[in-house]
Amino acid sequence: MKPTIVLEAHDLVIAAVLIALDGVISLAFGLGLHRQLAVAAVRMVLQLLLIGVILARVFALASPPVTLLVILVMVAIGGREVAVRPEQRLVKWGNFTVGLSAVAFATGLTSVLALTTALRPDPWYAARYAIPLAGIVLGNVLNAASLALDALLSSVVREKASIEAQLCLGATARQAMGKLLRAAMRRGLLPVVTSMSASGVVTLPGIMTGQILAGIDPMEAVKYQILLMFLLSGGAGLSAVAVVFMAARHLTDGRHRLRLDRLVGT
Amino acid sequence: MVPRLRAAGLRSRLAGPFDIALERGECVAITGASGSGKSLLLRMLADLDVNEGEVFLDGVARSAMAAPAWRRQVAYAAAESGWWEDMVAAHFADIAAARALAPAFDLKAELFDGHVLRLSTGEKQRLALLRLMVPRPPVLLLDEPTGALDEASQAKVEVLLRARLDEGCAIVLVTHDPGQAVRLGKRHFVMADRRLHPA
Repeated sequence: MKPTIVLEAHDLVIAAVLIALDGVISLAFGLGLHRQLAVAAVRMVLQLLLIGVILARVFALASPPVTLLVILVMVAIGGREVAVRPEQRLVKWGNFTVGLSAVAFATGLTSVLALTTALRPDPWYAARYAIPLAGIVLGNVLNAASLALDALLSSVVREKASIEAQLCLGATARQAMGKLLRAAMRRGLLPVVTSMSASGVVTLPGIMTGQILAGIDPMEAVKYQILLMFLLSGGAGLSAVAVVFMAARHLTDGRHRLRLDRLVGT
Repeated sequence: MVPRLRAAGLRSRLAGPFDIALERGECVAITGASGSGKSLLLRMLADLDVNEGEVFLDGVARSAMAAPAWRRQVAYAAAESGWWEDMVAAHFADIAAARALAPAFDLKAELFDGHVLRLSTGEKQRLALLRLMVPRPPVLLLDEPTGALDEASQAKVEVLLRARLDEGCAIVLVTHDPGQAVRLGKRHFVMADRRLHPA
């Protein structure tokens, strides 16, 4: 690795002046944001410092059970994010079980595939690779899953009459909901398609920018980014499909009924 | 004779129990205040809501049939019609048969070539009923089938329903119109407190 510019504490303090500038703008124009801004900035610094300390410890430990535990905690938090974002909730923790299984399945499969084939660190489950990779895959996976889940849950409520009209004509639940299932999967996949088309032209992806700033050769950074984009789109697709099919199972039953009674408050 | 439709101990958390039997060609009219459970009964008969008890079609138990097969024969028309494609014609499995039946509903043939968004409430209601009746199901569960119609269209629909009754179809008719209950219904029940009472 080439020598890189090492950031000192006082470099960060200078950058923090920009946050203070935001505060001045908020005060000058009466935006009422300065308090939130201050809290968010402090939170960001503390959370990142904390994760830095934790990652350094975990990397040093190089213990597979600890690595797995960290990833499981991340996945659980991701599953919860998927569960709480939609406006509609499935009863009996349905959103959580659906979100958690979809996120765990998609993140696990994609990360393990990347670690054992493309990246191949030694060992393949080395914390330094497994944790950051699972983290970035997870971020995309939970975005796709929550968008797809939200789209499906709100569309079945909106389209109750049309779903039941089809059921009454003898359609199976799968046939009657097919259009909505496809629309929800599309909703989950669209952001990753958009970000693939825009990357390098409209935006320089954050990871790549970080690597270039950290002194890595641009072509190396680009190759990493391409690998990541493929992983992220694969993860997004898997999680959108998983979340939609699992939620659809909750919303129907063996007698091909639309079970909106399994949504909270309907 | 085996009744065309028979419900035994049909109930859910929300309504019932209901015990009712219809002969071939019989229409049972149900009136009652909004929210009294009329639609719940029809939905249970169609197996759209979770329910207990058994329903028989010509002596065959519902539990012995897959739900889609049951609903093709015990056909439920909700008060609010449902549409899932943009164009009207796309909602009809047998478009030729649907066009042939349109005059009996006082519907113009060109409606089929239009957009669902262009339909009036009354046209939607009649087209939904037509859609359900094209395959000639042996039982019809009708929830306010003429609620949005003017008198002329309503009279035409009633003529058609009477013709279906003559063919042996059994009809459970939920209506707000006491006149219609008398005109079509051989028996008349009033739904109150989520139970059926003879009128």
